[in-house]
Amino acid sequence: MEKSPLNKIKAVFFGFFAGLDRQLGLILLGLAAVGFFTFLSASQNTPVQITDELRNLALSFVVMWIVSRIPPKWLEMGAVWIYALGVTLLVAVAAFGLIKKGARRWLNIGVVIQPSEIMKIAMPLMLAWYFQKREGLQKTWDYAVAIIILAIPVFLIARQPDLGTALLVFAAGLYVIILAGLPWKWILPFVGVGVIGILLIIIFGGTICAHDVVWPFVHDYQKHRICTLLDPSSDPLGKGFHTIQSMIAIGSGGFFGKGWFQGTQAHLEFIPEKHTDFVFAVFSEEFGLLGNLILLALFFALIKRGLAISASAPNLFTRLLGAAVTLIFFTYAFVNIGMVSGLLPVVGVPLPFISYGGTALVTLGFGAGILMSIHRHRRLVQS
Amino acid sequence: MVSFKKPDLDSFQERIHIATLFVTFCFLLLVTRLVWLQLVSHGKYALLAESNRIALVPAPANRGLIIDRNGIVIGRNYSALTLDVNAEEVKGNVDQLINDLSEIIDISPRDRRNFKRSLEDSRNMGTFPLRSMLNETETARFMANRYRFPGVEIRARSFREYPYNELASHLIGYIGRVSQRDKERMQSEIENSKADDPDALQTSFLPGIQYVGKIGLEQSYENVLRGVPGYDQVEITAGGKPVRTLSSSPSVPGKNVVLSVDIKLQYLVEQLYGNFRGAFVAIEPETGDVLAFVSKPNFNPNDFVEGIDSVTWKELNDSPQKPLYNRPLKGIYPPGSTYKPFMALAALENKKRTASQTIFDPGYFDFGNHTFRDDKKGGHGTVDMQKSIVESCDTYYYMLARDMGVNMIADFMKPFGFGQITGIDLQGESKGVLPSTEWKQNTFKKPEQQKWYEGETISLGIGQGYNSFTILQLAHAMANLANNGVVMKPHLVKAIEDPFTRNRVLTTPKESYRIELNPENIEVIKKAMIEVNRSGTSAAAFQGTGYVAGGKTGTAQVFSLNSKDYKHGSTAEFLRDHALYIAFAPADKPTIVIAMVVENAGFGAQYAAPIARRALDYYIEGKWPKEVPEWKRAP
Repeated sequence: MEKSPLNKIKAVFFGFFAGLDRQLGLILLGLAAVGFFTFLSASQNTPVQITDELRNLALSFVVMWIVSRIPPKWLEMGAVWIYALGVTLLVAVAAFGLIKKGARRWLNIGVVIQPSEIMKIAMPLMLAWYFQKREGLQKTWDYAVAIIILAIPVFLIARQPDLGTALLVFAAGLYVIILAGLPWKWILPFVGVGVIGILLIIIFGGTICAHDVVWPFVHDYQKHRICTLLDPSSDPLGKGFHTIQSMIAIGSGGFFGKGWFQGTQAHLEFIPEKHTDFVFAVFSEEFGLLGNLILLALFFALIKRGLAISASAPNLFTRLLGAAVTLIFFTYAFVNIGMVSGLLPVVGVPLPFISYGGTALVTLGFGAGILMSIHRHRRLVQS
Repeated sequence: MVSFKKPDLDSFQERIHIATLFVTFCFLLLVTRLVWLQLVSHGKYALLAESNRIALVPAPANRGLIIDRNGIVIGRNYSALTLDVNAEEVKGNVDQLINDLSEIIDISPRDRRNFKRSLEDSRNMGTFPLRSMLNETETARFMANRYRFPGVEIRARSFREYPYNELASHLIGYIGRVSQRDKERMQSEIENSKADDPDALQTSFLPGIQYVGKIGLEQSYENVLRGVPGYDQVEITAGGKPVRTLSSSPSVPGKNVVLSVDIKLQYLVEQLYGNFRGAFVAIEPETGDVLAFVSKPNFNPNDFVEGIDSVTWKELNDSPQKPLYNRPLKGIYPPGSTYKPFMALAALENKKRTASQTIFDPGYFDFGNHTFRDDKKGGHGTVDMQKSIVESCDTYYYMLARDMGVNMIADFMKPFGFGQITGIDLQGESKGVLPSTEWKQNTFKKPEQQKWYEGETISLGIGQGYNSFTILQLAHAMANLANNGVVMKPHLVKAIEDPFTRNRVLTTPKESYRIELNPENIEVIKKAMIEVNRSGTSAAAFQGTGYVAGGKTGTAQVFSLNSKDYKHGSTAEFLRDHALYIAFAPADKPTIVIAMVVENAGFGAQYAAPIARRALDYYIEGKWPKEVPEWKRAP
């Protein structure tokens, strides 16, 4: 190789990106681009600055780059400590957390942080570490221990209350446990009950949502939330308003969409949280079904790639961690789009790389970095 | 360092496959959902998004003017300062705002109520008047405090005004704020008309209509006068804040209505009635133009425009004088002797009498075991037809009625319009009663009441008995007689005028029908009526006229207005007879006919005829009586 300055720059440049998974990188860049352009439109008439979004995106990619340089072995070694730190912070939140909007979720340690976010990564790390430790010796009670590891932080988060995050953390841990080999005979009954339950609710929605019907084991407000989902018009100005308006936004977008910056629902303030949790409604209205199919294709590609990386990972820890992180991405995307389009109840879940929000972007960057790191260290180990 | 067992990897690979399947299934679910929303239901949601964002802001149309036959404007609009409040800016604390404002400007509880109602009706959009007709002091005081009231401003608005106040109030009517009932009625009108009117959607823009004609011509010509309100299509945010105007549809001002009424004649007659109650209708027989349409006492329609205050309303509503009662249109009176010329004509046409045929009047007429008395003690002696009219001989007509029978009378009177709706362009006309055997059968329930008794026919001859007609019907019948049997529908409006081009479109009806009458017979009757004013009962009133007028006085016993409502002290007055009078002039080619009643005044000759004389003097010769203040055009 000639040592011209250009080649030098090239060398440094490629050195910088060396080992980063090119496919994953391109998909993430694609999502970030969609996120940025949607943000430009969605942040109109909000106090949020473009520079904030750019900074968050940059931060996310920097975190991703740094994490991608960290050998999985280090993560494995740090897993318990990170988990322990997370649980400690959650206990601290329960003790002296800040209360906003009736929920105790934040901790002031100079900067205000939300420890439940840490658990989204700490949980799969911890469980992957645990199953790696027990590899080959797995007994039934190992799953019981795993479930306790999972249950403690989920309980703490659910108590804040932050059901959305609790559910995501729970899902993240559950993915690890299932992928680690939780016997099907344990899984299938739950799946069966879940499916039947959902079908029953959909079929008999009208009757069981009647005012005087009391559901067993369920709070009134939870029943209300599910019933509103089944028929948003039953509460058009309350809980149903968000869903109705975001469905109107999506539906009125049609196939080609109304065009960038042309969404009336978005720009006339009919969409709540339009640059954060409901940003998909803005995107959908302006870019239509066509845009949605491209966005879903990007997410699908991300998940396929993540699972592929995990499948070829060197050890159980990396395999479990990679697959869990990938499925967290999936869960975010599915729950968010499902909620905005009226398929699922409204829970606060951002759309990965599209929704505005620094913490979420950093967490996601961290996750992507893990995948990159796993990919990067695959060959080293195999050789 | 790491060596993993094959089975583990296989199991993991298997689970990754299952995960991939699960993910794929979930994504297909999302795609299906999005296809459902964005392709299948796109139309529905596109419509919802549009209706979300677009609001219509009304721009009221200028109401048409009401103009008399000589161009005098008697219903008009004027501009006045109004305190307007932008609904969006006060959201929530309306009461506080009004309290603060009432410290510098007088705001009545009614203003407050009206304003709040407007707010509720309107999705909190647009600007609404809180107080109208601000005076200079109030304006100045507000301007000084303006900084304290963002969203509140002073604006000029258009108001309805009747510059001559009480004058012609019953025929003009008034407008008032649209009520919920008005809205429902208009909505159904619009829906009914939609099928054949492609522009109906425009006129269906109800929010732009704030005032509607309640009675009188304002009511019956509402659709002409109102015009079409315009509107701005405004894009609004979820919070109702206007963003920009998308399109604008200008309002179309209402058209002017030109009356056939001569408002000076109307004024003169109203003045001549003084404190008497009564009704007076003058018609141009050849056209059916109503020249004057007086109901006394009257009221001030200006009191009603912005909602009448309860004290004034109670006064008007409870008054035994019944000033709100449209007497010529609704009041029914026995015609008394004014019926006699028509009875005489009926006899000639039906060949029951000739003009020269005489009867002897001893002063009474016996029928069965009942004696019908004549007004004149000792009787009129030998009476022919002319004398029967000139001296108003009752016996002549008792006999005539007996000879004709109730149904022959009814059949003759019906085409003249007695007991029939004239179809004048006002709503709420009374039908009155033209008795016949059929009428009695249809009206009463018990069989013995349904039977017609011969004795009941006798008093019909002198315009009593079951006979009861409106003064409008009487004037209409007089016009039909004066017009030699050609029937023209009476009307108050003769033309519709374009407010810009001043082009007029005549609305006067064509000849309705023709009553076949022998001209010689008509001559006999007219001659007799001319003689009434020369040597008969109204001769004194018509002494020295420069034209020839025919007439007939009448006196009717009271039973039309229910006397039990009247206060004890004044009952005697309310029991006095009504004075009636009908006339036509000039006799050779009548340009005006009159029918009138002066309630509880006594003899027709004494109280009614003099008013008619002055009205005719003015209308035919332009003579203004000294006792009546000069007509002054409103500023």
